[in-house]
Order: sequence, then structure tokens, then C-alpha cells
Amino acid sequence: MTMGIKQTQHPFFISVFFLGIFLFVWHVATISPPFDPTGKTEEELLVMEFNGDIVQTGDGRYVWNPEKEKVKGVPGPMTVLEKAWIELNEAFVIKGTNDHGIAFLVGYTVSRFSVGFLAASGVAILVGIILGLNRMLFRALNPFIQILKPISPLAWMPLLLYTVKDPKWTAILVVFMAAIWPTLATTAFGVNSLRKEYLQVAAILQLSWFKRLYKVILPGAAPTIVNGLRISFGSALVAVVPAEMLLGELGVGYLSWIEWNNLDIAGVIFAILVVGTVGVLLDSGFNKLAGLVTYRE
Amino acid sequence: MSFLSIDHLSKDFPSHSGNGNVRIFEDKINKGEFVTVIGHSGCGKSTLLNIIAGLETPTEGGVILNGQEVTGPGLDRMVVFQSFALMPWMTVFENVALAVRSAYPAWNPQEIKAHVQKYITLVGLQGAETKKPTALSGCMKQRVGLARAFSIEPKVLLLDEPFAQIDALTRGVIQEELVQMWNATRNTVFMVTHDVDEAILLSDRIMLMTNGPSARIAEIVGVTIPRPRSRETIIGNEQYYKIRNHIIHFLVRHASHGQADESGDHTKQSGPVEIHFRDQATKPVGAALCGRP
Repeated sequence: MTMGIKQTQHPFFISVFFLGIFLFVWHVATISPPFDPTGKTEEELLVMEFNGDIVQTGDGRYVWNPEKEKVKGVPGPMTVLEKAWIELNEAFVIKGTNDHGIAFLVGYTVSRFSVGFLAASGVAILVGIILGLNRMLFRALNPFIQILKPISPLAWMPLLLYTVKDPKWTAILVVFMAAIWPTLATTAFGVNSLRKEYLQVAAILQLSWFKRLYKVILPGAAPTIVNGLRISFGSALVAVVPAEMLLGELGVGYLSWIEWNNLDIAGVIFAILVVGTVGVLLDSGFNKLAGLVTYRE
Repeated sequence: MSFLSIDHLSKDFPSHSGNGNVRIFEDKINKGEFVTVIGHSGCGKSTLLNIIAGLETPTEGGVILNGQEVTGPGLDRMVVFQSFALMPWMTVFENVALAVRSAYPAWNPQEIKAHVQKYITLVGLQGAETKKPTALSGCMKQRVGLARAFSIEPKVLLLDEPFAQIDALTRGVIQEELVQMWNATRNTVFMVTHDVDEAILLSDRIMLMTNGPSARIAEIVGVTIPRPRSRETIIGNEQYYKIRNHIIHFLVRHASHGQADESGDHTKQSGPVEIHFRDQATKPVGAALCGRP
């Protein structure tokens, strides 16, 4: 009996169950009661209509103004779903300079993120290897790394904006600053703690500098480097959204901010969900790549 | 003219018990000879092996191989590591091929493949070419290590406690395989171990090293048990237990203060005592020469 229950209780169904409960609670909590005119004088109703709180329907009854409802309280799941439906239908539509479809916004964010992250990873791995192989240099530069590492990437933004004078590149550089330190530190550590026998074998076999790097050092330190990349990945993903918000660069972070400026809370919630989805997509792509380079000792 | 000679070698190194050093007065190894150094852990025998490999530099003195001084690691001296040192991200084939490609850069892929295959077959690992080292037992891993070392046909093979991480039962099997491989190739081998039986089975000469600090080779025991040897036949040889007892006696009683003879005649500047057990001899010739009762 117990076995039977265990077999049918797949985590997927439990997930759906919890989602159902969440949506139900959300829905119930955000229902607003229909407008009740009892006890209100004609004058009060006129003032409310004048303020835009209520509107008169064709048959002379008053209901809450649906336009004002949108910005009153937190929208329910149905409102968000409606908004998502509209946005997704217009995913590939460009309506104006700042009104691009959601697919474009996701594309901008992903490409901005990718450029910054890949550039940072390249630089961090290269410098990390040099520092990992040269203990003296590592110890000389480590204090600087320690100081630079904890600085929030967004703290660099004004300076970067002032220096490069282009919000597009500033956003990429913010991602770069967010992604460089964890990879740099862990690569140096990974290369430094590479089993010395591997390097000894490489030395005995007289491998060239380049072969030593890509046959022994890089694959040997790969699991540690991937761990660093994973941390960098997370912090870059966290940095890209506020960078877009603050710089007004088109992207999913921008979507969230512009919907807030439009006082479209359903849009804000939709944007949050899009950010989450983009994160999951990028993360699963990253995990696939990471699986290719890791090995078991 | 000896093939490999170690000349007044000395290496100072910091150790957990203060500064230690290794001193080798003089030692010559002939071509095709199998020489083993035996001693307690931490006495510096691996340091000696690393110096011959060129992985460590001596403080004084040097190593001369085939008339040329050793200045760094090279393809003519391949090490078989205690920890196997196989690249875990490469398959068995790739591990051996990495070495073969380095040793024979002019070869085309077919020649390399055939050569790698030959040595993988020699160690009995055919069928495991595409496996990663993780999927292999310790014994099989070290077979890959041996295949890699033999495949580049080095002038000197350096074995650094090669079977220490292999369980006692399978260790015997792989030791005999090494005997067979060595019989086929007759490489010059320098091995470091603390397994007395292994040393007797494999070696022509066994160097006994004293404990550190100031470790040195105190005695050299010649093993004249005729080859081919196997674990089964070797224990029947009357020399076997004499040599074994002598070495264990040395390791247990005398390793900490030098020579097996207590007379103290041999000053620190002199070389090791050579000891040969002959058939019918009741006591070691070397010891008799040293005036030992």
C-alpha cells in the first residue's frame, strides 16, 4: 500500500499540486468584491465616477473602473496570465523604438549577458592560469583581487558610464565586472592545486608550453574552473537585470522597469517570470557545457 | 664506464622534523641493470629518484646518464608514479598515446596507434582502451602507467614505489608481469620501494638507505638468485631468506644509525659496503670483510 502511494507520488505531481495551491491562494487574496452602491448618495457616486474609480455600465449600474483596477493592489493570476498572453502574442512585434516584443528583449539580455560573461571568463581563465602557475605573482596580486572581488558590479556603473560613454557597453562591462572575480580566483586556485604529478608527467614528456596548457593544465583544472564559472554565472545574471533597469537598455530588466513606470503591475510580475525563465534557460545551457569538461578523479 | 652514475649527490630539504638531507657518495648503475633502493618512509629515497628524473635539483653533485649530465626531466627517463599519475580526463589509450606522440613526433597516427596498442596489449589491457582511469582498479591503473612508461622506450625507467597502492594479493601478479616486461626489454631500472620481497624478486642489486636526517646508502646487497625469477621459485632458493633476513635486520635495527656493523669503521665520507650472498656461504661476504663476527 505504502509502496503504491510512493510510486504514484512523482515529484512532478507534487510540484503541480503546490503550484495549484499557490495560484489559488493568490487568486483568492487578490479578488476585490464587486462595487456595492448601497448607502452612497448620488453625489458621492458622481464624485467617484468623476475621479475614475467607478464607471456606469449601459444598464445604468456602477462597477469598478477596470482601468483603475489594474493599478489598485496586486493583480491576480488571471490578470497576469492575460498580460502574458498579450505579450507572448506580440513576442516578435516591434511597435516603436522602446517597445520591442518580448522575444527581442530576451534576445538582447541573453546576448548582452553572453558577451560580458564570455569576455570575463576568457580574461579570468587566462589570468587565473598565469597566477596559478606563478605563486609569487599570485601572492603579489592577491591583495588587489581581494579588494576588487567584493565590490558590487553595479558600483562600477557610474564610473564605467562616464568612461565609455555608451550605455550599451556599460551594461556589458557591468556583467563583465560581475563575472570576472569568482572565475579568476577559482582558476588560480585550481591550477595551483593541480596534482603535481600531472605537471611532472608533462615535463618528462617534454610537452610544449601550449600542449601542456591545453592537454594537462586546462583539463586538469577544469572542474575547479567550472565551479568558478558557475559562481560568476550567477552573479552576472543577478547584475544584468538592474544594469538594464538603471541604464534603460532594452532587455528583460528594462521590461520590468518600464512596466513599473506604466504602473502595470501585472506587467512587472510577468517581467519577473521572464527573468526567471531566462535564468533557467541560460543555467541549463551552462550545465550542459559544464558536463562536457568535468571528470571524476 | 657506467651507464648511469650518481656522483657525490647531496640534497638538503626541509622536512617535518627539521632540515634533512640525502647524501649519495657515489653510485654506478650499469646498462640493463635493475637496481632498487629500500628504506623507511621519509628517508629521501623518492627525492633521489626525483633527482635522477630531473624533477628536483640536487644541492651538490649531479647525475650523469650515458655520459651526459642530467639537467632536467626528459623522455629518456620515464617515471612510474606511486599515485599512477594518469590523466583522469583521458582514456587509457589517450594516456599512452600522449606519451608516444611526444616520444615519436615524426610518426603518423597509424604508427602511433599501432605502438600504443602493442603496449596496451603487453600489459593485458586490450579491450579497456576507451575506459577512463576512474573505471579501472588500482592494479589496472598501474598497468597503464607501466604501458605508458615502457611505450616511450626510455633509457632508464624510474619506479617510485609503483605497487604501494595496490593490495597485497594483486601486487604479486603485477610484480611478475613487470619481471616479464623487463625480461623482454632489459631496460635499466631504478626502483624505490619499501617492500623487501618486491626488491628481491625484481632487483640485481638492492641499496639499503639509512633514516634521515642525513640519509645515505649504507649497504648494497647483490641479488644473485638466477633469473628468470618468479614468486613461486624464488622462495625455494636458499639465498632468498638470507637476503631477506639481512635486509629486514638492517631496516629494523640499523637503518637509524647507519651500517649493519657496529664497529663504526665506515666514516660518513665513504661509500656503501657491497654485500654478496653466495651459494653455500653461511654469512655475507661483505660483513666478513668488515670484520663482523
